[in-house]
Amino acid sequence: MNKGVAITGMGIISAIGNNVEENYNSLISGNKGISRISKIDTVHKNAIMVGEIAFTDKELEEQLGIPPDNNYSRTALLGLVAAKEAIKNANILDITAHKTGLISATSVGGMDRTEKYYYDYLESDAHRKYIEGHHAGDSTQKIAEELGIKESLVTTISTACSSAANAIMYGARLIKSGKLDRVVVGGADCLSKFTINGFKTLMILSDTYNTPFDENRKGLNLGEAAAFLVLESDALVAKENKKVLAYVKGYGNANDAYHQTASSENGDGATLAMEKALKVANLKPEAIDYINAHGTATGNNDLSEGRAIIRVFKDAVPDFSSTKPYTGHTLAAAGGIEAVYSILALQNNVVFPNLNFTTPMKEFAIRPQVQIKEKELNTVLSNSLGFGGNCSTVIFSK
Amino acid sequence: MKKVFINGCGVISAQKTFDNKAFLEEVITYNDRVMPVVNPVYKDFISGGAARRMALGVKMGVVASNIAMQDAQLDSVDAIITGTGMGCLIDSEKFLSKLIDNNEEFLTPTSFIQSTHNTVGGQIALGIQCKGYNFTYVHSGASFESALLDAQLQLSSGEEENILVGGVDENAPHTVKIHQLIGFVKEENTDTSSLLESNTSGAIFGEGAGFFALSTTQQESSYAQVIAIETLNTISKKNLEKRIISFLEESGSNVSEIDAVILGNNGDVDFDGYYNLLSEGVFADTQQVYYKHLCGEYNTASSFGFWLGAKVLKTQSIPDVVKLNQKQTKTLKTILLYNQYRGENHSFTLLKQC
Repeated sequence: MNKGVAITGMGIISAIGNNVEENYNSLISGNKGISRISKIDTVHKNAIMVGEIAFTDKELEEQLGIPPDNNYSRTALLGLVAAKEAIKNANILDITAHKTGLISATSVGGMDRTEKYYYDYLESDAHRKYIEGHHAGDSTQKIAEELGIKESLVTTISTACSSAANAIMYGARLIKSGKLDRVVVGGADCLSKFTINGFKTLMILSDTYNTPFDENRKGLNLGEAAAFLVLESDALVAKENKKVLAYVKGYGNANDAYHQTASSENGDGATLAMEKALKVANLKPEAIDYINAHGTATGNNDLSEGRAIIRVFKDAVPDFSSTKPYTGHTLAAAGGIEAVYSILALQNNVVFPNLNFTTPMKEFAIRPQVQIKEKELNTVLSNSLGFGGNCSTVIFSK
Repeated sequence: MKKVFINGCGVISAQKTFDNKAFLEEVITYNDRVMPVVNPVYKDFISGGAARRMALGVKMGVVASNIAMQDAQLDSVDAIITGTGMGCLIDSEKFLSKLIDNNEEFLTPTSFIQSTHNTVGGQIALGIQCKGYNFTYVHSGASFESALLDAQLQLSSGEEENILVGGVDENAPHTVKIHQLIGFVKEENTDTSSLLESNTSGAIFGEGAGFFALSTTQQESSYAQVIAIETLNTISKKNLEKRIISFLEESGSNVSEIDAVILGNNGDVDFDGYYNLLSEGVFADTQQVYYKHLCGEYNTASSFGFWLGAKVLKTQSIPDVVKLNQKQTKTLKTILLYNQYRGENHSFTLLKQC
């Protein structure tokens, strides 16, 4: 029987907390992390709201004990905070003791530094140390180095907003195939002018709090975050008598093959991803107790995803909610932070509310869970859908 | 475990490699710091409108994958897995420079939309209406090998039957300029025909796309069999030989079985030491092959090396222009590829004759 791949640790930093416990407390008390932007000087500051992490780069560097002459991007700093918590949570004392890999995900990478010093690089050598840190693999290499992962499988996935879900999926595959005994999987993205302006040109940024699955939704709030899980082989779990937080039970990735940025009207890609994940998990749709939806609060996503959910679950759609009103849309990290939230839901038998919802969408009858709800949860499905038609589903179980 | 075959290739590079009938009979030499690609007639493969809209990397990726599928006589694939170290640089630079120059005003979404790392993978899927698995790996010098390993896992386990896997990177002016400032690009124009004797730091930057149709079924067009891939984020020179030997052992092979070793030397005196260690050590008596004097250095340049290995095994010949030494090789059965970039992201790939 397929019991899945064991999750033995998790770590997170987001706009609603600097670790797993703080995130959980915010989730159950309905504390949103959405505010006006304070750390990036953008002309759009009064027209958008974001999910920003309170710490400055300098504060993060100090906490992490990284020397001031470093060339970390904010993505790398956030990633390292979450990855370190995950390793600690998994009670890993010697990372070199077993074949341990790292699969991270990012879309922004070192863009925060590049956009700051773009022309400055040509004029002076003061900040040229950051040039090497631009590419998406840089934050992953730095996290691996700091965790002590050497001479091992380390890679980075970038499939826009589904990236971290795909990192979890690939990590699970590597454990199942026996390529690795243990793997740290997740993603990190910081806020940047590049993404703020990009989404602004697409006209999908809300000027107020995002309202997923609401008829009057105005778009998304961007956020920054990082989250990582530790996955371990059954053999290692048994040998070290490890505490298992939950299992990665199924996963599926599919492409909408419809448009570079928009989702198809009927959510073909999302439907396929959910169906594949159920098949890998060997579960029928009715086994899913809660869906942590992608639910970005854009007109297009919520309609397409909602229709896909109805196609898969027919007239028995389980409780579902989007947690993006808490954190904003954290792009490549979203699948990672929502994996942590799915595991927290399982551990605490609680469905987190879809905040800010007032008016049902006219296209369909399904409604998100708007109040916190306690019930026995055994299986949670998490969706992540992105640009390039990329659709991913991961199923977590007790 | 199912076998994995390379059934089709599509390579756009600084040589005329997009023509699968040719095999480096004519070679272009450059005396520069950056090498451009030899472009196919893109309109023969995609509409003129699409060819104009797409930045070079997307265009190269879409057309290279098209050529690979034609070569393998495939109309569709089950999955598309792409590697790109730097992503869509041209559109990223376009969007970012406009953003800065106009203080965040008057921006249009087109270049932002196309700047995403998975644009190439998404556009290939859109073009052939492939709704299957679609991943993009963005891990510097190991981006292509990460994609290759993912494909091999899914094919050998029987999950999928045909996968399009490739590497693509494009040059963009600002990125080249700032990499010159930090010495990653050579300071002086360098003659590619004597690249390894340059004795200078940095590399000649290149660009290109290499896509391959991998399949669990052998057919007439098959080039070679993919046996194993391993990527390592770091490795000390001290451990390199040991790791290669254990990689070969785990793959059911050994050093004496290797008929040719394809090395990623790029003429950078600071980092070619890794390759020299092997060519002067464990593979001193093996036929050695190099290729970055033909395609330049880019994060997915090793996809050119992969093509070279596949082609050598299929044609049972090694063009003189890529030989690093002269050894008698009767039959070419097993080839090992080794690549790294600036001392990081090392990869070993083992190919065998079908």
